[in-house]
Amino acid sequence: MKILALETATDACSAALWLDGEVEETLRLAPREHAALLLPMVQSLLAGAGLTLGRLDALAFGRGPGSFTGLRIAAGMAQGLAFGAGLPVVPVSTLAALAQGTAREQGVDRVLAALDARMQEVYWGAYRLQGAHVVAAAQEIVCPPTAVPPPPGAGEWAGAGSGWLAWGEALRAATGASRVFADQRPQARDVASLAATGLAAGEAVAPEQVRPVYLRDQVAIKPGAGA
Amino acid sequence: MKVLGIETSCDETGVAVYDTARGLLADALHSQIALHADYGGVVPELASRDHVRKLLPLVRRVLDEAGVERQALDGIAYTAGPGLVGALLVGASLGRSLACALDVPAIGVHHMEGHLLAPMLETPAPCLPFVALLVSGGHTLLVAVHAIGDYRILGDTLDDAAGEAFDKTAKLLGLDYPGGPAVARLAESGDPARFRFPRPMTDRPGLDFSFSGLKTFTLTTAREAGDDPQTRADIARAFQDAVVDTLYIKCRRALQQTGLRTLVVAGGVGANRALRARLAELERAQGASVFYPRPEFCTDNGAMIAYAGALRLRAGQGEGLAVEVRPRWSLEALSVVA
Repeated sequence: MKILALETATDACSAALWLDGEVEETLRLAPREHAALLLPMVQSLLAGAGLTLGRLDALAFGRGPGSFTGLRIAAGMAQGLAFGAGLPVVPVSTLAALAQGTAREQGVDRVLAALDARMQEVYWGAYRLQGAHVVAAAQEIVCPPTAVPPPPGAGEWAGAGSGWLAWGEALRAATGASRVFADQRPQARDVASLAATGLAAGEAVAPEQVRPVYLRDQVAIKPGAGA
Repeated sequence: MKVLGIETSCDETGVAVYDTARGLLADALHSQIALHADYGGVVPELASRDHVRKLLPLVRRVLDEAGVERQALDGIAYTAGPGLVGALLVGASLGRSLACALDVPAIGVHHMEGHLLAPMLETPAPCLPFVALLVSGGHTLLVAVHAIGDYRILGDTLDDAAGEAFDKTAKLLGLDYPGGPAVARLAESGDPARFRFPRPMTDRPGLDFSFSGLKTFTLTTAREAGDDPQTRADIARAFQDAVVDTLYIKCRRALQQTGLRTLVVAGGVGANRALRARLAELERAQGASVFYPRPEFCTDNGAMIAYAGALRLRAGQGEGLAVEVRPRWSLEALSVVA
């Protein structure tokens, strides 16, 4: 199975090629440059593997939550590439990719993934490793760091992601997490490996059905609606 | 050469296919007016989110209607600016990556170049050189067009755009957003002799505009004269007459100053019937020719982007793989198409 994955929900901009379990990834920490960087990354990955888009089985993208603009860049690029090449798209949770990367790099099996959502809130999800991949142990939410739910089950839970950098104290108090990997970022290689499972499980959609998942849906207040 | 055009700079999702050999093959538009109406103006984040939902289905529909397979496209044009950065990025990301997948060139188009070339989609089309009046909710510009890409700004608004003045006046008169067309309808039953509003900046040389004072004048007049239905219609009439007269005076002056005899009018206010009637006097009195796009191409649309992009792609221009949008972008900074 061959999958091209894109992840631009945070300051980290990455693209990865999944080739039957082998992964090639390009990643840059480059706030606000994702739109300029992504397609050149894609082109050099494909050229390096001697592949064209048409030889792939699917596109995958980190569908959020995360930076609204970042999500739309990944979604738009995934749509354009997939529609042009006649491929399906596998949307992957950015929080799941963050947890997957943490499990892969830190050897932990229970991850509380948190991304700084600004406005004094975090994007929050809990994941458990099952075999080679993490699965959601609770629903993704956006909430104040003091309001995150307790870990969904016994065992040692590790924290991961920029939410722990911004709100470490409050999150530790709320969850009792002892090990925290605040520098972990969602990466395209983990989007790709989760997408490989997702594609096999029938989670691919047509390019026009691609939607970012923002979690924060109250983005404007109607005049006269009160504060 | 078949070019797909994508417009997402503000609150309309527009898509079209233009063929340099056969003309416009298909176009479609999704307007977000209803989405933003409750907020009294465009909410940028909501606009971006809606573009993501609507753009690709619209692309598929337009290709179907044009009878063109995506693999038969020779290039892709998308609005790269000016406009709302988040909204622009939706069209640019999808457009540029689609071109990448199809292995065809892509071009980022200046939104206002699209507007000022839109009348060239009509028959008869205006011939270069001409003066263009771009008049919408975001712009009031007089531009000398000597070649495609050779644009010199003759006059600009110092404050509100003409269309913005219409919308604000509508609000003062208690009409729903976006109120420009509603003011025009109300003005039809207004008495032209009851009030006279000033014609801003017409009593001095130059081609710049200022419309923010008219809003204050409307407010003061409404306060003094009351708000019975006839008075509101009379105010709408006096306001519209002042804007139309001001635009007419500056257009006449622009033609005189440049020595050009062709005027092209584009942008949403270009659909205003009173303005069209008044500008017809330029044809009778000055021997000038005045050209308009069809009404649906006065406002934002994909056809004008496909057309402007096709001219540039045909001349060998194009973008690299780095997607760039320019929320602020001067018309005078564009390259000339030889």
